[in-house]
Amino acid sequence: MAERITITEKSVPGLPVGVKLRFDKQRDQWVILAPERLFVLDTIALEIVKRCDGAASVGEIVDDLAATFAAPRDVILKDVGALLQDLADKRILAA
Amino acid sequence: MSDLGFPLAILAELTHRCPLQCPYCSNPLALEAASAELTTAQWRAVIEEAADLGVLQIHFSGGEPTARRDLEELVAAASAAGIYTNLITAGVLLSRDRLQALVKAGLDHVQLSFQDSEAAGCDRIGGYQGGFAKKLECARWVKDSGLPLTLNMVVHRQNLAHLEDLLTLAEDLGAQRVEIAHVQYYGWAYLNRAALMPSRAQLEDATAVVEAARERLKGIMVIDYVVPDYYARRPKSCMGGWGRQFLNISPAGKVLPCHAAESITSLTFDRVTERGLRDIWENSEAFKAYRGTAWMPEPCRSCERKEIDWGGCRCQAFALTGEAGTVDPACAKSPLHAEMQALATAESGKDVQDFTYRTRKAGEAAAQKVPETLV
Repeated sequence: MAERITITEKSVPGLPVGVKLRFDKQRDQWVILAPERLFVLDTIALEIVKRCDGAASVGEIVDDLAATFAAPRDVILKDVGALLQDLADKRILAA
Repeated sequence: MSDLGFPLAILAELTHRCPLQCPYCSNPLALEAASAELTTAQWRAVIEEAADLGVLQIHFSGGEPTARRDLEELVAAASAAGIYTNLITAGVLLSRDRLQALVKAGLDHVQLSFQDSEAAGCDRIGGYQGGFAKKLECARWVKDSGLPLTLNMVVHRQNLAHLEDLLTLAEDLGAQRVEIAHVQYYGWAYLNRAALMPSRAQLEDATAVVEAARERLKGIMVIDYVVPDYYARRPKSCMGGWGRQFLNISPAGKVLPCHAAESITSLTFDRVTERGLRDIWENSEAFKAYRGTAWMPEPCRSCERKEIDWGGCRCQAFALTGEAGTVDPACAKSPLHAEMQALATAESGKDVQDFTYRTRKAGEAAAQKVPETLV
């Protein structure tokens, strides 16, 4: 039986089979395509989702974002954790 | 027309042929013949045109889409065009090899229908002996393939008592998503309304079951729930508004604002074989007829919810009043609202079990008759 995923710093997130990150050129936006769902990503969400490659851990992703955007790590960790938990609960993120 | 985009997703009804005969089928009563179906090349052209216009998802449906031998080719064409591909199937015609071929062609997701939680009900409602066992097998193949699996379950008076079991079945089969949809009463379902309509108490129980399951299965299974509006106070935002977000292509290439639109016999629909898809979307009379708010009568026109529910459902207005441009009786502001609710209650109490199954012959006979309206 499947269990709910809990996102921690050690989780290694990635997009599962049947979930795709695409650029929608007609509307000039990035989207996640999933079963009967379509999510338009804002700039921040895109930076996070792009890094979910099934190799980097949440902790590493947060380090990278903190360095790239010169922002406080604890704030980024909170935002990333919340977004990824939400995506996992919608069954469009594996970890 | 400047704020009118192009739909993100389209429903491609590849065929009206189907081994099942569900009495609430969303296809029109007058089923299109196999000989009228678009060719492979015509479908490929439609898919490419749709991709150019910005369609991001395609739902291959029917009838039973796997009855088309070129389904793999169409999935591959959509996938190559960058479109997310979804198969909506009854599962009974699929083999493990065929499913593998579809996955290889680029299929992204499978939606498998169940008519009940156990064999007797499932096979009786679908009118197909042995269907339940085949569906179970199909669900396991989908899981083995690694694709996400959604179970589609249409609910009504004759299977609502099994709603908990339906959800357990979905959980046991490893579905990541379930659609529990109450029957919407157009076409075939309108014909079978007395055998399908739940009571208000049944509806309330079902809603409570779904809410509890959503809580229990958070992060495990996503549950989408469509309620029937015969007992509602406000109409549904049908299709997110007529001709605003959705288009449906029939087996013969008719372009429809919703899958039930052909029940509105006062409209005629353009075909992809005669006009470009964008031209039809933007300019066809059928799409323009009830798009936006300009067509609305009172009290819709001055209602604060007119851009929330877009006047509800045109097919329902037509079915119940004989006039597609009238107020949807599901709305409490409709003069016919009380009659509609009384009708639902009366239908739900009828001792009717037998269905008029979806067959070409039954459809032809029923299509000749004008449905009885409230007025």
